[in-house]
Amino acid sequence: MDSFLKRINIKEILRPIWQTLVFSFGSALVLSLVVLALALILDQTVVGQTFLAKYKMPLLTYTLSNLPQVLIDGLTIGFVYAAIALGYTMVYGVLEFINFAHSEIFAVGAFIGVELLTTLAIAKVIPTESLFMSYLWLIVAIIAGMIGAGALAITVERIAYRPLRGAPRLVPLISAIGVSFFLQDVIRFVESLTTGQFNRTFPTFGNFDTRVVMGQMSIGTANVNLGFPIKSAIVVIAALIMLVVLNYLVNATKVGKAIRAVAQDRKTASLMGIDVNRIISLTFLIGGALGGAAGVLYALKFTRIDPFVGFFPGMKAFTAAVMGGIGNLTGALLGGIVLGMLETFAGTFMSAFTMGAAGTEYKDIFAFAILILVLVFRPQGLMGENVGQKA
Amino acid sequence: MQAIKPFLRSLNQGYAPYILTLLHVAVGTTLVYLNPRSTFAFLLYLSSVGSLYAFKTSKPFKLITALVVALVIMPVLGVRNIFYLEIVFQISVFAALALGLNIVVGFAGLLDLGYVAFYAVGAYMWAFFGSQQFYAIFYAPGTQPANLPFLLPGDFFYLFIFIGIIAAALAGITLGLPVLRLRGDYLAIVTLGFGEVIRVLANNLDKPWNITNGPQGITPIQRPSMPGFVVDAFNSVFGGLIGKTVKDTDLYNVFFYLLALFFIVLIVIVAQRLEDSKIGRAWTAIREDETAAIAMGIPLVKMKLLAFASGASFAGAMGVLFAASRTFVSPESFSFMQSIGVLSMVILGGLGSIPGVILGAATVVVLNLQILQGLSLYLSQLRQSDAVIPLINFAWRDLSTQLDPAKYQRLLFGLILILMMIFRQEGLLPAERRARELHED
Amino acid sequence: MQKRLFSLLAALMVASMLLAACGAPAAPATDAPAAEAPATGDKTIKIATQSPLSGDASVIGVDIKRGAELALEQLGGNLTGMGFKLEIAPFDDQANPDAGVANAKNIVADPAILCVVGHYNSGVQIPSSEEYHNAGLANVSPANTNPKVTTRGYGEVNRLVGRDDVQGVVGADFAKEKAVKSVFIVHDKTAYGQGIAEFFKQQAEKNGMEVLGFEGTEEKANFDALLTPLISANPDMLYFGGLYPQASVLFKQAREKGFMGLLMGPDGMDSSDLVGIGGASLLDGSGLYYSTVSGPASVYAGTAKFVEDFKAKFGSDPQPFAAQAYDSAAICLAAIEQAAKDNGNNTPTREAVAKAIRALKDFPGITGTYTFNSIGDVTLAKYFIIQVKSADPAKWSENAVVQTLDIAPPAP
Repeated sequence: MDSFLKRINIKEILRPIWQTLVFSFGSALVLSLVVLALALILDQTVVGQTFLAKYKMPLLTYTLSNLPQVLIDGLTIGFVYAAIALGYTMVYGVLEFINFAHSEIFAVGAFIGVELLTTLAIAKVIPTESLFMSYLWLIVAIIAGMIGAGALAITVERIAYRPLRGAPRLVPLISAIGVSFFLQDVIRFVESLTTGQFNRTFPTFGNFDTRVVMGQMSIGTANVNLGFPIKSAIVVIAALIMLVVLNYLVNATKVGKAIRAVAQDRKTASLMGIDVNRIISLTFLIGGALGGAAGVLYALKFTRIDPFVGFFPGMKAFTAAVMGGIGNLTGALLGGIVLGMLETFAGTFMSAFTMGAAGTEYKDIFAFAILILVLVFRPQGLMGENVGQKA
Repeated sequence: MQAIKPFLRSLNQGYAPYILTLLHVAVGTTLVYLNPRSTFAFLLYLSSVGSLYAFKTSKPFKLITALVVALVIMPVLGVRNIFYLEIVFQISVFAALALGLNIVVGFAGLLDLGYVAFYAVGAYMWAFFGSQQFYAIFYAPGTQPANLPFLLPGDFFYLFIFIGIIAAALAGITLGLPVLRLRGDYLAIVTLGFGEVIRVLANNLDKPWNITNGPQGITPIQRPSMPGFVVDAFNSVFGGLIGKTVKDTDLYNVFFYLLALFFIVLIVIVAQRLEDSKIGRAWTAIREDETAAIAMGIPLVKMKLLAFASGASFAGAMGVLFAASRTFVSPESFSFMQSIGVLSMVILGGLGSIPGVILGAATVVVLNLQILQGLSLYLSQLRQSDAVIPLINFAWRDLSTQLDPAKYQRLLFGLILILMMIFRQEGLLPAERRARELHED
Repeated sequence: MQKRLFSLLAALMVASMLLAACGAPAAPATDAPAAEAPATGDKTIKIATQSPLSGDASVIGVDIKRGAELALEQLGGNLTGMGFKLEIAPFDDQANPDAGVANAKNIVADPAILCVVGHYNSGVQIPSSEEYHNAGLANVSPANTNPKVTTRGYGEVNRLVGRDDVQGVVGADFAKEKAVKSVFIVHDKTAYGQGIAEFFKQQAEKNGMEVLGFEGTEEKANFDALLTPLISANPDMLYFGGLYPQASVLFKQAREKGFMGLLMGPDGMDSSDLVGIGGASLLDGSGLYYSTVSGPASVYAGTAKFVEDFKAKFGSDPQPFAAQAYDSAAICLAAIEQAAKDNGNNTPTREAVAKAIRALKDFPGITGTYTFNSIGDVTLAKYFIIQVKSADPAKWSENAVVQTLDIAPPAP
């Protein structure tokens, strides 16, 4: 027991948690200050006057009082992106290959989890009285999603990517796009075989929908409950656990060392006696399993899923991964948090700041705009070191 | 097989290929004429273009036969069944788009996943100026009165083809300048994002000023005028063969088909010239090895921009054409799915190969519009009958409607991309250079 | 390479010519002899449907097809009795205007098709119906509410449902009666949702309500960024122009954030999945209402039987507009029957069918009684305001009708 404890590197476990805390506070602070400064300036212009006339409060007050809720929401969605981004970054780190089909692997995980829970709901196992059992079943569903998605990821790698290893860069990418489209229709086909419908709903059980109220605030005429639903907390905690475990696996175990060796130089790694194919399969298994878990969490948070559910979260998670520095695990988390916050800030305040000319409808392309900016000005990402193109 | 080979080779010597080609065209034409709704007959007719391409015949013969097939027979057959005209029109439009994308992806090796964005730029260009939208700019979408005036008369369409080309090329340069330094896979994702940005803009620029009319789309859009004497002339020449009086709405279909065909010829000529020029060789060098290309003194960004802009400009022209032929544009026509569709045409036919890309476009369009839909219809007929599947004795009517082939367009695109990448990266009709690289024998 | 390709092509060609010699009937598509006038011997009549059978909207699109299929099966008796063979020809418009127009051209080219039931998206119906109009082919739309569908004044295009410019107004007038002072409007950035929302907004402003926000979003899952301004603006009502899959999630999240005002939407809300996904909290506070053009089973006796038959045949509950598709096909059948009788029990022309549809008086459908005006709108469309009464999806049919309004469409 003692020797086991000695082998565990506490510092390695705690490092990502510290980083997360620093990033969350840092990005929250910076963004809040930017928004407040904007509000302060706009308050002096015609925008502020129009706002005052319509909502009976100054723009600055409005911005300030909405900030806490926006920060909470941004952080939650950021962790969702981060959880998906981990899978992209894992595969990219090892193979320098954008696994375009990751968004569908994520969707498959979501469907497996939801189907399992739906079956349990039909069998009247859930909803249960006991809170413990509710959480247990949720964990079972997440694990089921992980296993299914991981197995799928390995299969996809074996069939569609492995034969193309060594081909020019674009070849496996095109194949991956093909896999992504192919899987969308396969999911739809499988799900609609039984009932003819392919949308699924996360069953209601446990206390996941209950809202934790942190306090009350009055904004103008409104009394706003500041808080978050329990499911958001579950998403955040689960994403953190995923990060910690993955970080530990990659940086402090023997398998992790092998993965890093393959990532650095495949040929040399193979000469050192590492089974490269096995390590690459393992990478896809881990990436897929993370995607599957993220899928079930996504279904828990947003209730309704369909076969095309992966596309936008997938794109945004990829943006997050690139923003944080693709291939870098903590970078994925940082990218997710920053992107989630930016998006929520933009979605919330854009309408007020532009007098309704441009509102939340631009939220989605905000992510793409950021992606383009990051790639143009800092292609290695916020945390990535500058690596040249591998031959 | 060995015994057949000499026989087959003898078919391609002397007069045999001439006779066979003419026979193919003649049989195809007759069958379509007699059975205006037979898919099979139409495909046989369509494939005569392939015969024309593959058989060893003289250049003047090929040219004249091609002109007759495309300019005389097709309009006549097409007016009798306008669905066929629609198919060849869509083949032409998508072939032109695919040829444009081929310059970017096939020649210069830059994977562009948002190619329809440039198509959208062209389409919205004419949609805005060739409709009532200019006067509806202060109305919320859907609330404008129906009797607003048109901004420009329909004949400005011809001018706007050029404006569309320039606008799309400018859009290509604007996007290209910042992102062309990126390496291949990043560039792919950025162009995907750009495509999405253009679609979202088209969907959202209905406020504060109503420029695109949002999701409602812009309609009606003007077409160039069709003089009465053209209709009369067409009727007096072909009236007997067609068996009915052709209206000007039918003739518009012919007109846009011919225009699209004209663009294909133009694009093919331009693309061929480019490929054989210094620029084309520079593109090949960039595609094969960027670092080496820079070392050879090739201006990297300039060459990439040129590829991006020329690819985009073709899409812009097709966009203008599309808007006028449909008289309606809406953001739905410019989704990511369309970009992937065009990409799969290029991949299927063969990256960098001009005849291959045209074949790819024809195959995907025919598959999508005719074969999958046709199979679905056929299945639905079977399902309404009392027939059973022989051997397993399974009643057709119990077959799930989820199996309708028409529903699996994404699956089709996906399969094309995966299978071509794994088994035949050079495509169905490979470019000569590619083929040499991949099969050195 | 060239050689191998050539021999492949030659072999293919020889084979295909052999096949051709055996005769074209081997072809999968239907071979009608001539392009225009239907042959006298062949008495097949087809009704085409066009709706999205693939992609996002296919849940509803497939049921539009099924509704029409059921109508043909149940109501086709008279025509089969006259010696006609009835068939349905389903087309997939992929919710995409290009596919819709291509299909329309295919439909127009088949002389056996006398009537088209479709589409689901107004954005697809508008360009496709240009083709129907050119060919004089009758089109009955079960779902398209955009005013432009009929305001072009085509003699062939008809619709069963009300118009956006009326339904939005009905919703806003109801809000006024409920003493709503302020409203926040969200729409889904589709031709349908935005259309209704714009008209709702216009009427709401006319009714003296304060419009505290007007936002469009394509988002399907995460509405946080939209709801924070909504909560702090504190409106009496949240109106969503769009369909239930989005609405259910939006409403659910709004309630989670503590919004207790009135929730309302147009006929796109009409699905038990609204409460199935959204849960019980939707009924809290001032409750959940929707306006619709098709009344619940309690209003039309026929609907209950339709739901039963539909379930028996296809194994699932009909989605919105399935019943309208049933009625659309029924109207097609009635008109074809009339036109055939006028033509001495022979296959009628398309023009005669289109005219016969306009000539129908008080056609008794399962979702209403239909007479069309000169541009193809229903002369007196019924609009209902319905309050959702139970969070149990199985009790969706027990929702209460709060208001029934008979409104004529705006003058053509």
